[in-house]
Amino acid sequence: MKRYFGRKLLVYILTFVLAVTIDWMIPRFMPGDPISILISRFGPRQGGYEALQGYFTSAFGLDVPIWQQYLNFWRALFQGDLGISIYVFPTPVIDVIMRAIPYDIALLLPAILLSWLAGNNFGAIAARSKRLDDTILPLGYILTATPYMWLAILLGWFFGIVLGIFPIAGAFDQSIPAPSFSWLFISSFLVHWFLPFISLFLVQFGGWAIGMRNMIIYELEADYSHYLEALGAPTRLVRRYAFNNAVLPQITGLALQLGVVVAGALVTEVVFSYPGIGYLILQAIQNQDYFLLQGCFLFIIFGVLLANFLIDVAYVLVDPRTRMGMQGEVG
Amino acid sequence: MTASTVIEPKKRSETLYFALRNNKLRIGVLVLLFFIVLTFVGPMFTDYEPYQFVSSGAQPPSSEFWFGTTTLGHDVYTQFVLGLSSTFIVGIIGGGLGTLIGIVVGFTAGYRGGVVDELLNILTNIVLVIPALAVLLLIAAYLEVRGIIAESLFIGCLAWPWTARAIRAQTFSLRNRDFVDLARLSGMKARKIIFSEIAPNMMSYLLLAFILQFGGAILTAATLDFIGLGPTEGISLGLMMNNAVLWGALLLKVWWWFVPPGLAITAIVGALYITNVGLDEVFNPKLREM
Repeated sequence: MKRYFGRKLLVYILTFVLAVTIDWMIPRFMPGDPISILISRFGPRQGGYEALQGYFTSAFGLDVPIWQQYLNFWRALFQGDLGISIYVFPTPVIDVIMRAIPYDIALLLPAILLSWLAGNNFGAIAARSKRLDDTILPLGYILTATPYMWLAILLGWFFGIVLGIFPIAGAFDQSIPAPSFSWLFISSFLVHWFLPFISLFLVQFGGWAIGMRNMIIYELEADYSHYLEALGAPTRLVRRYAFNNAVLPQITGLALQLGVVVAGALVTEVVFSYPGIGYLILQAIQNQDYFLLQGCFLFIIFGVLLANFLIDVAYVLVDPRTRMGMQGEVG
Repeated sequence: MTASTVIEPKKRSETLYFALRNNKLRIGVLVLLFFIVLTFVGPMFTDYEPYQFVSSGAQPPSSEFWFGTTTLGHDVYTQFVLGLSSTFIVGIIGGGLGTLIGIVVGFTAGYRGGVVDELLNILTNIVLVIPALAVLLLIAAYLEVRGIIAESLFIGCLAWPWTARAIRAQTFSLRNRDFVDLARLSGMKARKIIFSEIAPNMMSYLLLAFILQFGGAILTAATLDFIGLGPTEGISLGLMMNNAVLWGALLLKVWWWFVPPGLAITAIVGALYITNVGLDEVFNPKLREM
């Protein structure tokens, strides 16, 4: 188990270092000198070219050797200093992001967990039952091939505009001044949350249902299943064993899917103007707020790594082989 | 060896026989062919440029404007058929590069083993956990001019890890078979063994990997384009959806603007997935009974 976590942690730490390095390198080494482009863009907006030049020079630490710039970047990072946002000038980027994070968690966590649970259960039931399989399988393939933003657009258009049941912009009613624990806020929040949630849920659901269906069929063909059947075990018991074995690759699959799901959440937020990281990224791009964009990048990487680690822990809890040091899926 | 060459022609016709009878494969290939033909033939039926003002805004589909016009007065059909070709370019180049890197890394790691495998494995795992879109966003945001080829190449460079992993595992299991040992004993070079002994046994597998990479690249590109970081020149299906949302197609109920691009992506990617499953059943007799 130590070896299992040791390897995983090594990969995560290396990934984080690489991500921070990319974040540091791209503005500095991209062709076309992005920093001077930055300065020329903000020049007229914040007045004084020289003042800005000075600000950027100190913010990027351009007056010291390259290796020291890199170390300074890390030091600033550990102090939570990601720069100043241009989009909501002069709020620190970290504060802007922190305000958006709760909305991302409220959207992503239920969407990921519920679609995983529902998809696996439906897929397991559909496997080898002709009628269900004929409906769930094509539906699953269509859903999993659907671009997240398109489903979001369709749902928003149909339920938001044509039927007018759900709002399609923001996280709560504009007339409510600030988030609070009142009934008014919570009901408004839930109504705004539903469409982004359901479109994230549906696309993922398709993928999990297909994956589980195929895994169950594979497991039901395995020797142990045939042996159990030969012993006269009830079908339900055989299927339960098959499910327990099939769920392991689905946990690994969840870790692999995280990046795609996060990307899906970003565009879903864009469609519904939902004030999470995705919406921030859109604003950052439209306002050419590069500090904010880079901060969002780091937070996405950090979030995905953290989630990966939690899934690893879950895997150890579920699969006894990894606990016993038999290595399970370490590979 | 001689026995297998004798069986070869018969086996090939058998594969073809099952391929033609497989419904998933037939549906998938038909849908794909439809869109490929549309990509080549479609532009002949339009005289407009994608961003040319052709009529007053938000005209519903009519005999003059088959797919209607956008709120900006552009012809949706023109944008759609030209956007289709961007989609296929990204799929071929991005998916192709992703598969290629995956093959090289997978074969090398799987065949060499040892330290090389260990290092490549760590590299694969790192690229695997980094969300590709986040990196693409950062790169694209700093590029002043973005072309569709560059976009495809970037996508391919980040999409290879799962292919590499799968091919490594397959190579691993083939590496110690008798015929590979025999080739090694006869003094064949490692590269030759990989390409003449191992790869031919995985051809179907490589084809399946390419199909999935193709679909994945299309979805990634659509996402990137939708955020507004797609190619700065030209049109794509993702960009159409981006414009539709930005210019109020939802509120104004201009559904003919955002339905075709998303529908095409869903149909193409869905057809690729179904083709993939169909081919899998053709190549793998165990799965045929379904």
